[in-house]
Amino acid sequence: MERIYLDYNATTPVRAEVRDAVLPFLNDLFGNPSSRHLEGRQVKTKIEAARAQVATAIGAEPERIVFNAGATEGNVTILRGYQVNYKEKKGRDHIIISAVEHPCIYDTAKKMAGEGYAVTFVPVDGEGNIDLDGLKKAITERTGLISVMAVNNETGVIYPVKEIAKIAREKGILFHTDAAQAIGKMPFDVKDIDADFVTMSAHKFYAPKGIGALYIKKGKRLDPLLTGGHQEANRRAGTENVVGMIAMGRALELATGELATDRERIGKIRDEFERRILAEVPHSRRNGGADNRLYTTSNISFRFVEGEAVQLKLDHFGIAVSTGSACSSGTLDPSHVVMAMCNGDEETAHSSIRFSFGKYSKMEEIGYVVDRVKEVVAQLRSFSPLYDKFLSSQGK
Amino acid sequence: MDYTEKVMDHFMNPRNVGKIENADAIAEVGNASCGDVIKMYLKIQGETIEDIKFQTFGCGAAIAVSSQTTEMVKGKTLREALDLTRDQVAEELGGLPPIKMHCSNLAADALHQAVKTYMKDHGIAER
Ligand code: FES
Repeated sequence: MERIYLDYNATTPVRAEVRDAVLPFLNDLFGNPSSRHLEGRQVKTKIEAARAQVATAIGAEPERIVFNAGATEGNVTILRGYQVNYKEKKGRDHIIISAVEHPCIYDTAKKMAGEGYAVTFVPVDGEGNIDLDGLKKAITERTGLISVMAVNNETGVIYPVKEIAKIAREKGILFHTDAAQAIGKMPFDVKDIDADFVTMSAHKFYAPKGIGALYIKKGKRLDPLLTGGHQEANRRAGTENVVGMIAMGRALELATGELATDRERIGKIRDEFERRILAEVPHSRRNGGADNRLYTTSNISFRFVEGEAVQLKLDHFGIAVSTGSACSSGTLDPSHVVMAMCNGDEETAHSSIRFSFGKYSKMEEIGYVVDRVKEVVAQLRSFSPLYDKFLSSQGK
Repeated sequence: MDYTEKVMDHFMNPRNVGKIENADAIAEVGNASCGDVIKMYLKIQGETIEDIKFQTFGCGAAIAVSSQTTEMVKGKTLREALDLTRDQVAEELGGLPPIKMHCSNLAADALHQAVKTYMKDHGIAER
């Protein structure tokens, strides 16, 4: 059976053009870019070209791009680097993040809170939008860093990073955005936003896993997590992931050229899917506002059923999705993102399913997916004690 | 660790689902670790479990464990049901991922609670 992959926010397949671009580096072009001989220099030239591709895509100068192993490294580098580079110097031991950040920010910030930092988690409303007034009010003289993601990975909600960067700048506060879900999928210009630091992850835009980059604004200092060699202009030690860099550059160049067509085509599929699901599956609700959401993502809670069970059944029917349910997380904690959006209502998080669409999604698949979702949810409800209770409360 | 074939079979085709009208014993337990719920309905004749059905809001393991538990005690005596442990159920299913072991508590707890209440109400000694 042909699989229907609807988990593009988790990762994407490597596209053929990207595979072709890296093949030479798995063959003859094996040199170490730090070496002065021809083998090394040849590769060095190519990774610098890849750096330029990444820079161009986000409106930056190539020297502002530091390649790394992906968004987790980027995000942790920012938070930990901030501890090292800025706090001691200015006594600014307060950081602000949103309540819906990716775990690599969220959990690292929580750890920092345990290490004597003050951390404010700014809440979001029922539609997932950030409370900007709350954010402004949270700022104190000690605030040194604000980090808010550009697009939420679970709901696709888009955050007003330009506005937040402005608020931060006016108070002399550094601003970082985790743009792992945004870059390659929507226009993104670091100069226009005026961010100090931006995190990118290549496997979200059809390059392999294990490669990402940080944008570091001119004049901003950030100590590397990994120290040692002089790679990446002393900003990240370790022999370069050459294949990753080449892939990331090519993939982002391609993605940037396709932003408008993707938005149009994938957005139509997502919208049609969501319209049908909400209309045809009773007691389903969308997590995240109708507008102000990236066109790739649809996060739906199906009341009275548990998300892992839905996911498992859909998988059996050839459909790959993900869930925010506690039962499927390694820690048995429900998604803090969905929880933040529904006033801590665990059941909504428990029953949430994320469908995320991408380049290889097809409109023709939607009918099959909607039918299977209907079937699976109805079957699980048929023996759900919560549904039974609900029916009796309705006098049925 | 993935779910075994047997877990998947019980999950995809759960046995004894639903409720029993006029059940002789009912128990509902909630799972503190993840917020899930299992409800068991028993029809009892003398000291034998004549029929048993369940409703579960929970993960694949919770559903499979519920189904397996009902299969293992249907037709058994109340005391035999009390002797059934979560480990026996998990073993019968070919094992569960470690993080899912708590789900197997739920079904055994619901069963035991229903049986104990019934025995108490009917003056049947547990041993
Ligand atoms: S019922 Fe939640 S993990 Fe099994």
